[in-house]
Amino acid sequence: MTDKEQYKVHKEPYYQAQGKEVQLYEAAYRNRLPVMVKGPTGCGKSRFVEYMAWKLSKPLITVACNEDMTASDLVGRYLLEANGTRWLDGPLTTAARIGAICYLDEIVEARQDTTVVIHPLTDHRRTLPLDKKGELIEAHPDFQLVISYNPGYQSLMKDLKQSTKQRFTAFDFDYPAAELETTILAKETGLDEAVAAKLVKIGQTARNLKGHGLDEGISTRLLVYAATLIKDGVEPRDACYMALVRPITDDADIRETLDHAIDATFA
Amino acid sequence: MTEAKTENEVSALANIGAADVKSAAADGLSQYQHPLMAAYWKQLNSGFPRVKEVFEDTMAEALAVLSREGLSAYLDAASFLGRMGRGDEPILAFLEEWPSVAKALGEEALSPVMKAIHAMHKSPNGKAIAPFIQTLAPVARRQHSLEQFEHYLDIAMDLMARTTGSIHGHHTTFPSPGLPEFYRQAPFLFAQLSMAGVRNWVEYGIRNYRTHPERQTEYFALKSADSRAVMQRERHGVLFADVERKLDLYLRGLWQDAEQLVPYSTAFDELRKPVPYYDKLGMRVPDVFDDVVIPSPASGRGGREAPGEGKATALSTTVPSPLTPPPPAGEGIRIRGIDRYRAVLAHMVGHRRWTTQIVADNYSPLQRMGVEFFEDCRIETLLCREYPGLRDIFLALHPYPREDACDQETMSCLRHRLTMLSRALLDENHGYQNPAIVEFAQRFHEIMAQGESSTREIADLALSFSARTRRQSDQFAKIWFDDTVIDYRDDNRHMWQYIEDSDDEDFFDDPDKKLKKESEILSLPPRHYPEWDYHSQTYRPDWVSLYEHLHPHGNPGDIDRLLQKHDALAKRLKRILDLLKPQDKVRIRYQEEGSELDLDVAIRSLIDFKGGAMPDPRINMSHRTSGRNIAVSLVLDLSESLNEKVAGSEQTILELSQEAVSLLAWAIERLGDPFAIAGFHSNTRHDVRFMHIKGYSEGFSDEVKGRIAAMEAGWSTRMGAAMRHAAHYLESRPADKKLMLILTDGQPADVDVHDEKLLIEDARRAVRELDQKGIFSYCINLDPKADEYVADIFGRQYTVVDNIQRLPEKLPELFMALTK
Ligand SMILES: Nc1ncnc2c1ncn2[C@@H]1O[C@H](COP(=O)(O)OP(=O)(O)OP(=O)(O)O)[C@@H](O)[C@H]1O
Ligand SMILES: [Mg+2]
Repeated sequence: MTDKEQYKVHKEPYYQAQGKEVQLYEAAYRNRLPVMVKGPTGCGKSRFVEYMAWKLSKPLITVACNEDMTASDLVGRYLLEANGTRWLDGPLTTAARIGAICYLDEIVEARQDTTVVIHPLTDHRRTLPLDKKGELIEAHPDFQLVISYNPGYQSLMKDLKQSTKQRFTAFDFDYPAAELETTILAKETGLDEAVAAKLVKIGQTARNLKGHGLDEGISTRLLVYAATLIKDGVEPRDACYMALVRPITDDADIRETLDHAIDATFA
Repeated sequence: MTEAKTENEVSALANIGAADVKSAAADGLSQYQHPLMAAYWKQLNSGFPRVKEVFEDTMAEALAVLSREGLSAYLDAASFLGRMGRGDEPILAFLEEWPSVAKALGEEALSPVMKAIHAMHKSPNGKAIAPFIQTLAPVARRQHSLEQFEHYLDIAMDLMARTTGSIHGHHTTFPSPGLPEFYRQAPFLFAQLSMAGVRNWVEYGIRNYRTHPERQTEYFALKSADSRAVMQRERHGVLFADVERKLDLYLRGLWQDAEQLVPYSTAFDELRKPVPYYDKLGMRVPDVFDDVVIPSPASGRGGREAPGEGKATALSTTVPSPLTPPPPAGEGIRIRGIDRYRAVLAHMVGHRRWTTQIVADNYSPLQRMGVEFFEDCRIETLLCREYPGLRDIFLALHPYPREDACDQETMSCLRHRLTMLSRALLDENHGYQNPAIVEFAQRFHEIMAQGESSTREIADLALSFSARTRRQSDQFAKIWFDDTVIDYRDDNRHMWQYIEDSDDEDFFDDPDKKLKKESEILSLPPRHYPEWDYHSQTYRPDWVSLYEHLHPHGNPGDIDRLLQKHDALAKRLKRILDLLKPQDKVRIRYQEEGSELDLDVAIRSLIDFKGGAMPDPRINMSHRTSGRNIAVSLVLDLSESLNEKVAGSEQTILELSQEAVSLLAWAIERLGDPFAIAGFHSNTRHDVRFMHIKGYSEGFSDEVKGRIAAMEAGWSTRMGAAMRHAAHYLESRPADKKLMLILTDGQPADVDVHDEKLLIEDARRAVRELDQKGIFSYCINLDPKADEYVADIFGRQYTVVDNIQRLPEKLPELFMALTK
């Protein structure tokens, strides 16, 4: 039997709620409804799920999805060994057996034929057929499926099928409002609130340019990076150029505008 | 001269009536079947064979651009040029160039242009006429307004007048040697210099080489060393045209404001230098800003030198001394031109955010001046709260008058006093001793410490300041001006409300440009669609009647020509398209189960296995055919606003859309995705028109190109209904992926809907319905104000194209990015 404990989140992750999402998640979990967390990159989706797993004290198994992932990578496969073959459960199967929250991060990255294996787990059946092994797993009563995706990927090809989408309850995340985001930066890095507020302001400048040459604004994650660097003694402007501007754009006009915003903010 | 005769002929031609049209056709004077074309040809009255060759093409363009009167004036002008006795160059050049000039500047531009031509014709400078005409279009494109363009004409006429026929005091007149050369260089000069720069450059040439024909020619041909040097020197500063996008991003990013920016030239109005301002049409800013260097604050107390600045803004009438080098960097604070633009914009944004109108009639002009200074300082204080770094820029640009500079006994010191006060309100270290200034600075800070204050409250403070510091001499005609011009501030015209006047301007549409009678359009019975009423959160059933028409047909050759124009772009796109294009068979490696063994991987696995490592079980591969299975529907907003010209271009949004749609159609055709195009507009809920341009099964044929060529804009934008109808077709396509692209230049609206939000909410609803049907909708929006609503409708699925001129390349690129 797999050791549940290794998947437990032992220390309380810092999570600043933006609204009623904690209570709503708890309700979804009580009823074992699958959850989808939507939102732009680095806005706190993963942190939220981690926090919920801790709060509900359930094991959490996270799978970062990618293009090359096949159904076997989720479900499991036979391995060759010197004296024959041995079945090895994939992460999804493990989660279903031990009653973990299974978090499929960036599900759209996976190929569509991969995505369908989650279907029987997400409706009333709550089962997972292991075709190759000839086994049908009944999901553990504690098992829950959570997926995340970033609708900001402006590609038709990277959209979820309707039949997949319609199996989930959903949270629509976005970057936190200015005050909250300031609190998050300060709490997460120990940076002074006043400086954190300036970072948030620069973040919003970039978010205003979304759709005008920027695909996404500056994420909370990048703001946390900048705050971390400043906390470490890096000159605030340098920290901002490095953590906030250079990563997100190669467009000279936008870069200059953001640099100017940084200079004007940290005068 | 032939002047008088020409005039008569011109007026005779203008009187051509219907009878003449018939007789012209009957006479067989012309080869044109169409009676109107025959009449135009007769009006032109030209025997040049080369003119005949281009006549039809140029008329096609002219007809599309010019009004009836404009067309007649065009032909008269051309006719005159043809019979000046200067060969066919002038008339040919004019026929070809004029429509695009009229598009850029308006038809009114003809009269000043013809005046210039007449002047050249009457002088010995007739040879310069053809080169002059060649410059019209390029210069018009670079200058955004007729006013700016007229400055160009003035420069040219001044050059002509001062360099013609004065050599060695002879009585015989000689043509200006420099004029034709100047025309040849004009497009280049305007790409490099501001209007003031061009004027200074010309001025230098006239003053130094008026009496040396050869050297004058060399100078204006940009061949002599000093000619180039003067041009380099005039090439200082930041040209608006070069930083427009940056400023746009600045407004949007830092201030969440989106406004059209319109440049003006400061070179010509020497008495009243134009000042930035904003009104309904946009924010007006100078066409160039120099860097300014302010002596370091420590030494600069009292009076500032700003070398370089005067050159761009005030035109000195003296010959610029050759090449004064700019002061070495590090000697003071350098404020870059772009930051001066930013200061101007920030200041205007401040007014737009925080200034409320007050009634002007209650104050004397001098009182108003005081109120404006206080209010300017209030909003700048608020701006600096947002971005503390602005203070350094403002202070560097703000003059710092010496306290005792102005003599109160002999002149009006009001400006001087208010500028000192303004400095004191912004600069803690102002160091002024004047008790009133010190006291009011303190009162100002106390008020501002409470919060934002208001225009009203600060006006009261200004009035007490005026009362306290008023002087008899304030009324003197002699005014102290030095160090009192704060050139990043606008003229505050928005701040005052004048009770007596009410200037409601009404703009009427040009009735000539309205759509053709719809009897020409094939139509089907209406379809009814519901509309979402967000108030009641219900659908109004069968609310909208939608008529589907087959789009009228135009000339497919026009579209081929457009595609040719974008040949280079097409080549670039082709490379990307070929990558996207489905290969017949795609090999998928690393499969646990597949159709074939992938030998490379299998051997590697075996080696791993033999070596006791974990072998990779994915040793098979399989094949898949054609990865792309996408159906695309392109829905075009064809509402009236598309007839508007794109800022800084002579093309309308409609024309750019035509180019973009043609390129996109060409691109998708290459990829082989099934693809439909339709246009829509509406005239109340009873009449939504949905125009079929291309069906899924139609190729990008001449038929389709003809329809794109005939695209016209009119009426309003009922977007939801159009999307639902397009979805109705797209839904039934047997494709894995369904994409609907909506190209629009504004928010959904219709004349029978007064609640702006209603059609926005309906469109948002439509997007949701589409999503349920598995259709991915995506909006390409050309409206600079789109941020206010587009996300409400389309969520994240949109792009705002700021630079509409780049739409033709943007649209196909976007499509490819979406489907890659
Ligand atoms: N509400 C929040 N409370 C606490 N920290 C937050 C919150 N939101 C964001 N953060 C911070 O932002 C960082 C990024 O968040 P996270 O990794 O959860 O992003 P994500 O939405 O999962 O991004 P991606 O889509 O790129 O995976 C976190 O490490 C944390 O520091
Ligand atoms: Mg994440």
